[in-house]
Amino acid sequence: MSENENLKKAVEAYEAGVQKSLAKFPERRAEFVTGSGSPVKRLYTPLDLEGRSHAADLGLPGEYPYTRGVQNTMFRGRFWTMRQYAGFSNAEESNKRYKFLLEQGTTGLSIAFDLPTQIGYDSDHALSQGEVGKVGVAIDSLADMEILFDGIPLDKVSTSMTINAPAAVLLAMYIAVAEKQGVTPDKLNGTIQNDILKEYVARGTYIFPPAPSMRLITNIFEYCSKEVANWNTISISGYHIREAGSTASQEVAFTIADGIAYVEAAVKAGLDVDDFAPRLSFFFNAHNDLFEEVAKYRAARRVWAKIMKERFGAKNPKSWMLRFHTQTGGSTLTAQQPDNNVVRVAIQALAAVLGGTQSLHTNSRDEALALPTEDSVRIALRTQQIIAYESGAAETVDPLAGSYYVESLTNRVEEEALAYLKRIDELGGAVKAIEQGYVQQEIQDSAYRYQMDVEKGDRVVVGLNKFQVKEKAPEGLLRVDPSVGERQVEKLRALRAKRDNGRVKAALAALETAAKGDANLMPPILEAVRAYATLGEICDVMRGVFGEYKPSVMF
Amino acid sequence: MDKKIRVLVAKPGLDGHDRGAKVIARALRDDGMEVIYTGLRQTPEQIVTAAIQEDVDVVALSILSGAHNHLFPRVTELLVEKGAGDILVIGGGVIPEADYDFLKSKGVAAVFGPGTPTKSTIDFIRNNIKRK
Repeated sequence: MSENENLKKAVEAYEAGVQKSLAKFPERRAEFVTGSGSPVKRLYTPLDLEGRSHAADLGLPGEYPYTRGVQNTMFRGRFWTMRQYAGFSNAEESNKRYKFLLEQGTTGLSIAFDLPTQIGYDSDHALSQGEVGKVGVAIDSLADMEILFDGIPLDKVSTSMTINAPAAVLLAMYIAVAEKQGVTPDKLNGTIQNDILKEYVARGTYIFPPAPSMRLITNIFEYCSKEVANWNTISISGYHIREAGSTASQEVAFTIADGIAYVEAAVKAGLDVDDFAPRLSFFFNAHNDLFEEVAKYRAARRVWAKIMKERFGAKNPKSWMLRFHTQTGGSTLTAQQPDNNVVRVAIQALAAVLGGTQSLHTNSRDEALALPTEDSVRIALRTQQIIAYESGAAETVDPLAGSYYVESLTNRVEEEALAYLKRIDELGGAVKAIEQGYVQQEIQDSAYRYQMDVEKGDRVVVGLNKFQVKEKAPEGLLRVDPSVGERQVEKLRALRAKRDNGRVKAALAALETAAKGDANLMPPILEAVRAYATLGEICDVMRGVFGEYKPSVMF
Repeated sequence: MDKKIRVLVAKPGLDGHDRGAKVIARALRDDGMEVIYTGLRQTPEQIVTAAIQEDVDVVALSILSGAHNHLFPRVTELLVEKGAGDILVIGGGVIPEADYDFLKSKGVAAVFGPGTPTKSTIDFIRNNIKRK
């Protein structure tokens, strides 16, 4: 008899024994589920992996299909980049916070922009009122960007910028600041999020309709492949999809569907897949179900590698690798007993590390209440450092590989994601699926189910629907100075008086002409930025040519 | 038979986080109310116009960007200006408790923070609507 047949008998006997004892010692619940609501069995054994191939499913680290990680030594070589998303108020305040973070040992910057900046409005626009400097730093022109990176050598740090619809403009500003520091574009390292599809679905900072948005993205791919070769031109993001309520498998599926759409758009525009695909990067969430999250990252790498190799015929192994940033899950934080969030963040961060992330942001305990204070940010960063230096999780590659449970979960996330990808292909791809509201509806259904599970008590959130205490209102929260908006408006007025407005006008006219044709828009945007045209002025030119996205509303 | 309660769920400002707004919209609908959701990026003027056109009993504002102290009072002021001050206005989102009193003094009847069960919001609306 083969080993598996013996095992099958043994497991049957075990289950029979369990059934007997259940009468006397019932389990805690009738059904056990993962954080995403998928069923979890009592026991996983080699039988759950029967018929699977080690070589096809896993391979070795740094080898196709990269299930075990994209580098061969992973964190034994160097730790993930500890990158804390930060930015608020104006460029001066944020510059101070970045210097604080660098002193505390972060190894990369991550810029949060305020909503007007993200939506391409200047601080003096009517819709910017009340929003300037609130969720990030206000950037109106190159002048603000120069202050933001003052004293920070751009050839030494890597910088991630959470900017999407106007990504081309902010990237151009970054390049222009580097020029002033004497740093050439080929020396720049960093990432722009530049992922418009998830904005339509989950995050909301869209400006233009899908077609011109996809063109801008493709223009950036092309420009950077020649001029800014080390830049990650996009961070295809599942993070916000998950925050909007999706399951782990949906997060993988919808993110990769967006990735497919970007690759297709670029190939259609005439780019060679291996010229841009090595610079595609990803961004995932980390929620509380440690094993499901680890499985999610592993499955995502496998799915992407196969798609790039088999579907798009990429030849360069770097095109097959799914490299990703992780942020812990904002929506898992509770406003109740906020110190408990430190523990949640630690578990989530551990999942990201065990899943082989390339960089990590850990949320601060007070983020269900306000922007984090310096003390809270320090604890969040220390959490990463404790995992790196004390937990042992970084000492070997892909430590959970071979766990019957984790491998089974990895296979299941892959299967569920592939089923969604098939459905999205049938709908005509991610852009069509989003336009039809399919993706949004799937996410909203999951979000509602989750909320109802919490309200029925089927899902326990410690401190929220169990183990509650009477609490005083928290003190010492960070408040953004409300006068920052006025000061920003004042700065803009001074800038418009001082700059060479003839040069600005000419640059904006050249951009308009380019936008109406089909030239790459990066060079005229860069020229407008160098002339100190404002973000709002540049985006207004493109609004005039491209129009604005009008979402269909549903719930 | 009682007239159904009509609610406008609105997202003022530039904030794109609407998971909460959509969940609450659906919960109110499942509870038998008639719900209209504005979608993102509404100015206070647009919200008030929609509230009056749709003849709602309640305006439920959701915001997570920190601009609540600016935008919520604009909505309540404009409602009063347009003679619709009897519409119940409630708010939710990432709003520090320290701001609750200010918002209430500006006519926001209640603020619901993260983690509030939808049932609490439903009960509040049923017990507090001013239009009958």
